[in-house]
Amino acid sequence: MDADRRVSIRTDRDIVEARQQGRILALEIGFSPGDATVISAAISEIARNIFQYAGQGEISLLGVERGERQGVQVVGTDHGPGIRDLHKCMMDGYSTSGSLGLGLPGAKRLMDEFEVDSRLGFGTTITMRKWRR
Amino acid sequence: MKAPVLKQGNYLIASIQAALSDADLTQLCEALITDVGRYRSRGVIVDVTALDVMDSFSSRTINQLAHMVKLRGAETVIVGIQPEVAFAMVQLGLTLTSVTTALDLEEGLGYLDRWQQRRSVRNGR
Repeated sequence: MDADRRVSIRTDRDIVEARQQGRILALEIGFSPGDATVISAAISEIARNIFQYAGQGEISLLGVERGERQGVQVVGTDHGPGIRDLHKCMMDGYSTSGSLGLGLPGAKRLMDEFEVDSRLGFGTTITMRKWRR
Repeated sequence: MKAPVLKQGNYLIASIQAALSDADLTQLCEALITDVGRYRSRGVIVDVTALDVMDSFSSRTINQLAHMVKLRGAETVIVGIQPEVAFAMVQLGLTLTSVTTALDLEEGLGYLDRWQQRRSVRNGR
């Protein structure tokens, strides 16, 4: 597999760049255009979370294999304030910023695997994967 | 221009040509709200055929646009949501509550014509 592709998130334009790179990678791996859009939407949500809550961070994209399955792995990393109440953040409609509160739970629904590692004062890492059907 | 706004009769048509950043979309919405007054438009069509993704931010912004346009006395129709974009929106849990949607520009224009007729009859004009 190729080395991962990294998109640093500093402006709102980088959110677009990250999701477009994610779509390109997904299509290269053989995902359908529909699934590539789903992956792209999930990337958009976590990239916006980085931009909005941490100011800056990074999205890294990687083609992965597990046994016979091929998939895409997206890791969003920031060194922002961390998530105070992860349980609430994963519930639909919870938001501390006046948004819809569908970003993280929505991204989770879009992907097959979704892990959040957040430490207050240190930052947040979100790892998500989707496998080709 | 990523989303030129065309004036056609009583309507404004914004056709998004490429992926929009959050700021681009916000800017487009602000321009449309102002233009509704400037051109005394009765309807706004936003053509999202070329939009790569509709996520929580764009859904919220478009809902707000439709609501504000309504407060300005006009009607908004979103046209051209692609099947894969619709699929992802449903999984994300996104809904366009205060917005009318139509398959394409033609359907959108037809809806606005009917909407305007109904309103004229109601107002006795």
